This record gives sequence, C-alpha cells and structure tokens, in this order.
Amino acid sequence: MLEVKGLLKSFGGVQAVNDCSLNVQKGSITGLIGPNGAGKTTLFNLITGFYKPDGGEILFKGNRIDGLPPHQIFRRRICRTFQITREFAHMTLLENLMVMPENQLGEKIWNAWFRNEGVRKQEQIFRDKALEVLEFVELIHLKNEYAKNLSGGQKKLLELAKTLMADPQLILLDEPGAGVNRTLMRKLVENIKSLCLDRGVTFLIIEHDIDLVMNLCNPVIVMSEGKKLSEGTPDEIRGDERVLEAYLGGQYR
Amino acid sequence: MEIGGIVAYLVSLAILAGIYAVFTLGLNIQWGYTGLFNIGIAGFFCIGAYASALITTPMPTGIYAQYVHQIFGWNLPFVFGILGAALVCGFIAFLIGIPTLRLREDYLAIATIGIAETIRLVFNNEQWLANGPRGLMGLPQPLQEWIDPKHYNYIYLVIVLLIMVIVYLLIERGIRSPWGRVLRAIREDEVSATMSGKDIFHFKMQSLIFGSMVMGIGGALYAHYTKAISPDVFTPLYGTFIIWVMLMVGGSGNNKGAILGAFVVWGIWTGTNFMTDLLPYTLKARAPYIRFLLIGILLEVILIYRPQGLLGEEKKISKMID
Repeated sequence: MLEVKGLLKSFGGVQAVNDCSLNVQKGSITGLIGPNGAGKTTLFNLITGFYKPDGGEILFKGNRIDGLPPHQIFRRRICRTFQITREFAHMTLLENLMVMPENQLGEKIWNAWFRNEGVRKQEQIFRDKALEVLEFVELIHLKNEYAKNLSGGQKKLLELAKTLMADPQLILLDEPGAGVNRTLMRKLVENIKSLCLDRGVTFLIIEHDIDLVMNLCNPVIVMSEGKKLSEGTPDEIRGDERVLEAYLGGQYR
Repeated sequence: MEIGGIVAYLVSLAILAGIYAVFTLGLNIQWGYTGLFNIGIAGFFCIGAYASALITTPMPTGIYAQYVHQIFGWNLPFVFGILGAALVCGFIAFLIGIPTLRLREDYLAIATIGIAETIRLVFNNEQWLANGPRGLMGLPQPLQEWIDPKHYNYIYLVIVLLIMVIVYLLIERGIRSPWGRVLRAIREDEVSATMSGKDIFHFKMQSLIFGSMVMGIGGALYAHYTKAISPDVFTPLYGTFIIWVMLMVGGSGNNKGAILGAFVVWGIWTGTNFMTDLLPYTLKARAPYIRFLLIGILLEVILIYRPQGLLGEEKKISKMID
C-alpha cells in the first residue's frame, strides 16, 4: 500500500534518512522501531509532506506522493498523529473533531452566508459522526470540554479520534503509547485492532514500548541510522542480533 | 453645560466609538480568530479613507484646480465610497498577503507596520495623488441635503451603527460556520491544521482580506464623518495601537467584546480629555502624555488580571446546529 524507495533527507550535516526503502502491506499493523535518532519521525514527516525529501520516491497505492503539500496528502486518506500531541487547545473536543472532514460546504464563507440550509444539514452529519467517534474512544463525556484540559493520555486518544473523522486508509501513529497508563493503553490497543480488523485501516506505528509492539504489530520494521535494518515477525525481530546491536552498540555483543 | 450640549457631545463620542468598533471587528477576524498579527491597521484606515474620499468628491475645477490635486474624483454617492474603500483595501491586503502569509506570524507584524507607515508617507509626499500633506476637504455626507446641519450627527450615528451591525452579523455568521472553525484551528496550531487537510494559506488570505475590507469600511466612515482627511490622522497611535487596546480590553475572539472594548476605551480616552481641564496649570501641558500613559497602564492591567478581556471567547462557537 505504501512504498518508500531510496528516500533521502538531511539536515545540515546530519543524514536523518539515508537511502531508506520499505513497504507497508494493506491491512497490516506495521511496527516501526529503532534507537533514538534512527530517522523514524523524520520518515513520518516525509510521508505526510511536512518535509520535502532530498531524493527517492514515496508511493501510495501506486501513485507518487512525495513533494505534495501536507493537505493534499491528507486528502489521499493518509493521516497521522504527533509524538507530542497537537490538539486545538481552545476548542472543544467536538469542534476538534468537526474540523477534520474535508471539503465542508461551510468552509467557503459565501456558503455560510447564503446557503445556510445546506451547511446546517452537513453540520448535523459531521456532528453525529463526531459523537460516534467520541463514543468509540470513550471520550464522549468530555465532548464540550476544551481540548487543553485533557490528560496526556486522553490527548493521545483525541489524536486517534481526529484521524478517524477523515475516513483514513493509512494511519501513521507516532508513539501512541508514550505517557499513557496501562488501562488507557489497553483501550488504545483494542481500538487499533478493531479498526484494522473491522474497518480495514492500515497502521504504521512508531513505538518504543516493546510490549505494545510485540502484542500489536506484525510485521515489525527496524530502522537504524536512517535506513531499514531488518524486517520480520515480532519473534524474528526479537532473535535478530543486528537489532540488539543497533540498540545497544556493538561492544555489548 | 446645558443638556442639549451634553447629548450632542455624547452623540459625537458614540459615532467615533462606533467607527472604532468597526476597526476592532476587522482586527478580531484577523487576530482574534485567526491569529494574524496585523499591526498595520492604520494603513488600511488610511487607504479606506482616501479611497472613499476620491470616489465621492468631484474633480476640482476652476481656481481650485491650481491648489487641490487629486488623481481622480468620481463624484459618486456615499455607498460607492464605502464599497470602493472595502474593495481597494481587500486588494491591498491580497498583495501584502502573498509574500507574508507563508512566513511565520512575527514577520507579518513587521511587514504590516512598515507598510502602514509607507502608505501614510506616500499620501504625504505624492502631491498628485491626494493633495499631499494638505489632504482632501469637503467630503460629502449621505443625506446631507435633507437635514439641518445642526442635527446631522444623529443621522450619521444611525448610519454608523447600522453598518457596524451589518458587519457584526456577517462576521458572526462566518465565524460560527465551518469556515470560522478552520480559522480558529489555524490560530491554535498551524501545523496540525495543515495536517488536517486544510489549505491554511488560502484560509489565512481570506481572513486577512476580509478583516482588511472591514477596516477599509471603518476608514471610509471616519472620512465622511470628519469631512476632511490628511495624512497626519493615520498615525500608529490612533490608527493601530488604540484599536489593539480596544480588542484586548473587550475580549479577543468575541465580536461583542470587540464592540464593547471600542466603546469603553474610546469613552475613557475622550473622558480623560475632559478631565485635563481640571488639572492644575503646570500639569495641563503634560496632560496628553499622561493620557497615553493611562491607556498603556490600562492595557497592562487587563493583560495581567483579565487576559481574556471583559468578555472572553465563548466555549461553543460552532452554532450552526442546536
């Protein structure tokens, strides 16, 4: 579904992503792990158009998407969440979600002025959908609360909920488990699994919590120094010497 | 003072407060809802005023032509002046937006303050454009033929308030729709908004243009109230700074607050003018500076003790449903 071929990106003298190639299969929950500075988040930023690659190709369902602006990549139904959550702080949860649907009639101001009925009807549809999504992530009781008042873990759930509003085909999650307690984590894992199985959403997940990765992801891709080091089932990765070496450094062998 | 005098004074105060409310509403679109840091309001004030003046005055003829230079004079009714002011300001905002809106917000601030001063100096130095430092005089007022000049201000107050209410309703309807929701999302987090599929450059451009058009209307209302304009009116203090104070005091992100702030601050500003007469002789000469100081202190007090302004932003803004 997503193909990355020979991707390059450097910042000054740092080659953050160095000839990276990998594939994400449709319908999979693919884990992306690797030591700090391996280029995982940079890879996300390249896929979602936040950075422009220095070289290489990114294909989504066979079409090149590298170099497109972020809002156009979003419209191809690739959504992401952020490692450090970026909610719309002074907007309610409901509004946070209702921003997401694309091509809203009322996003053109003259429609808001002169085609009130149509806009109103659409708003009703989006609101119902937002309520449904909030129900799904169990934040429904906070629907009229400002997003800034949520706990760290709840903000992670909100991030996931925001992506769901856009009917995504591929969701990139950047450390969804960081700072989330065990109970919430279990909920998150269930949510991701059911989205994948019931709705056929594909996931690519960066995560440092090895338990979560081993439970949830198959296959797991390991990145190190800007490129793919290895790929396999969780068990294969666990037994891979090169992975241990990448994390711990050669001297511990 | 007799009662009639007080009423007349209050009416003129309300007219100017109403005009400032229009500017504050314009700024509220840009700063209050979108987070665009425009500190060049005076530039749009100036362009709006001159555009309407040139559209509504006739070309000078006879002996006047030797003393009054203006690039054109169409002698059209007031309504065209207002619309023309809005259109010209919208176009100028579009031109300013192309290079600046792709940059971080601080650069927009630097650019707008510079452009505002440039506009004022162009009108000051280019004689052929609108009569240079001497400015334009004798601007027509709507319905003036039918009303005794002594009572004219009452009519003008109604016109100002009417336009203010129309502007208010247009902004409210836009802001409470999905359009306004995207603007507020951009204000909260630009990166997240663009990652949510919004073309933020276009939305910021629309906000800048809409807000500037409203400011242009304010400029036109001002010009036809004073009937005479010259470049020295459009200084950063009266054209920009005081409008920011009004929005901060009233409540950024709340249109009712923007209007309230304009009336409160303008009331304090002109009220203190009154009080300077009561000061001892030695302080009187310094009174204007004490008033500047007072407004500055007011702003700081508000920012420290009530940062959301008198009326803060409402929690539920998308009100198209329920």
